[in-house]
Amino acid sequence: MRLSPGPQRRGGVAGATRAWLRVHGRLLVSGFRRGAAYRGAALGGLVANVVFGFLKVSVLTAAVAAGGGELGGYDEAAIIAYAWLSQALLGSVNLFGRTDLADRIKDGSVAVDLLRPLDVQTATTAQEVGRALFQLLPRGLPIIALGVLAGGMRLPTDPPTLALGLLSVLLAIVLSYLLVYLVAASGFWTVETRGLQVLYMIVSGFLAGLFVPVTLFPSWLYALALATPFPSLLQVPIDVVSGRVDGAAALGAVGVQVAWVAAAFAVGHLLTRAGRRRLEVQGG
Amino acid sequence: MADLDHGLAARWRPYRAVLSSRVRAQTSYRGSFALDLASSVLIGLVELAEIWVLYRSVDALGGLDLAAVLLVFGIADTAFSTADLFVGHVDTLPRYLRAGTLDVFYLRPQPLLAQLVTSEISLRRVTRIGVGLTALAVGLAVNDIAWSPLVVAFLVVVLLASTLTFAGSFVAAAGVQFFLVDASEMTNAVVYGGRYAATQPASVWGKPLVALFGFAVPIAFTAYLPVVALLGLPGAEWLPSWLGWLAPLAAVWTWAVALLAWRTGVRHYQGGGG
Repeated sequence: MRLSPGPQRRGGVAGATRAWLRVHGRLLVSGFRRGAAYRGAALGGLVANVVFGFLKVSVLTAAVAAGGGELGGYDEAAIIAYAWLSQALLGSVNLFGRTDLADRIKDGSVAVDLLRPLDVQTATTAQEVGRALFQLLPRGLPIIALGVLAGGMRLPTDPPTLALGLLSVLLAIVLSYLLVYLVAASGFWTVETRGLQVLYMIVSGFLAGLFVPVTLFPSWLYALALATPFPSLLQVPIDVVSGRVDGAAALGAVGVQVAWVAAAFAVGHLLTRAGRRRLEVQGG
Repeated sequence: MADLDHGLAARWRPYRAVLSSRVRAQTSYRGSFALDLASSVLIGLVELAEIWVLYRSVDALGGLDLAAVLLVFGIADTAFSTADLFVGHVDTLPRYLRAGTLDVFYLRPQPLLAQLVTSEISLRRVTRIGVGLTALAVGLAVNDIAWSPLVVAFLVVVLLASTLTFAGSFVAAAGVQFFLVDASEMTNAVVYGGRYAATQPASVWGKPLVALFGFAVPIAFTAYLPVVALLGLPGAEWLPSWLGWLAPLAAVWTWAVALLAWRTGVRHYQGGGG
């Protein structure tokens, strides 16, 4: 069933790409607006992020002080930046593993999504990323401002570092939704994905460096973390934005993020293709 | 006396019926329940791992060494998880408020709060309590404690008082939900932030945190201050170490605030309409 003329009808790869970009751009904007609709929730999230931020800052700075002013390559300024930046990203990078798509697969309404002449994976990711980008305004920027004003956090301001930092943040957000999509898409087989979602939440937060930077892990645990995409969700963007990692090392870190985005996208694409053949919607 | 017992049993019967149905419901999906139990253990272990990672590079944080902080973690986690098991589900109140289903509770001839508390029991927290108790047992073993009947009584009172303090913070948060509805994360900041705060050495906190978790919501009294008193540690400069004996007072204070918040919230509520 074709609900609207497919992009390929107007001919040419360029036309198809333009149409794809237009549709996904609109989905991104609609997600952004949807985020803007829930102001109370955004404010509540900000308060939670701030309280946890103060707790993290105090214990991590105490650890740096106890370590003689240095802890695994972090001095006081660097660890303060780490704590506040991780809180600032928390509203946008999905470490909880939850998406609406999981519910839609469970109750069968994903069948409607599959009828649309759009790829479910790219369409839902565009919408979720839009919503996540909105969250940077009420939850990201105020926390960065608080970290700078109250916490004495310093951030690099030269344009190339700043641009690479923003790119790294964007990649982290996109990667988080591509990964959470994999959790949701497993519902094509298991229907109920809550158990996997909780597992994802526990593992991703720890290995992304939510409470303790991954670089402080013992070497075997550090190696284990690096074998997963999770450090690319927090540790890497924080390192790049704060300028702790710069130059070629920063470019390399962003390159690793790009590779994980490509891998997560490919796996999600395969899961979607296999899953739509597997999907069984009950009732009628 | 027999009459009194009979009367109590009769009053308790409807609550017991609801609770036993919830227990049956949760255990009927065996696979999912087992996974929930395992996840709770894993969360506890990850939180312990976070502490361990920090203590790999330092000997002491805020005056507590790893052995002492293990004891703090054990008391805090056991108390919080027990409170969560019995009353944690009151944080689903916003869902009832939005759906308008809270009004159903008003139709029954029992107090609203008692009904909400007994409407569910989160059995999956059992394993999390297990993690807390294990940490507590190890903490008691590795620390140099001069055992006496007084110490045992102290520990029992602290565990009870801390559980009540956390339970009170759940109820206070639920009372505020009547006003917030959509911004439930704001109270989560205090309730779950409180859980995280309780496992920290409170001596590292700055002024805003001391005001919030030292006094307003007396989280410092749940585990940190009692451990400081028990082990005879120097403690924080803003609080003398004997304050650890006042854990029950913290529970009383939290419940006074909680019941006030709950009453104010219930009076503010005007029904779901329809």
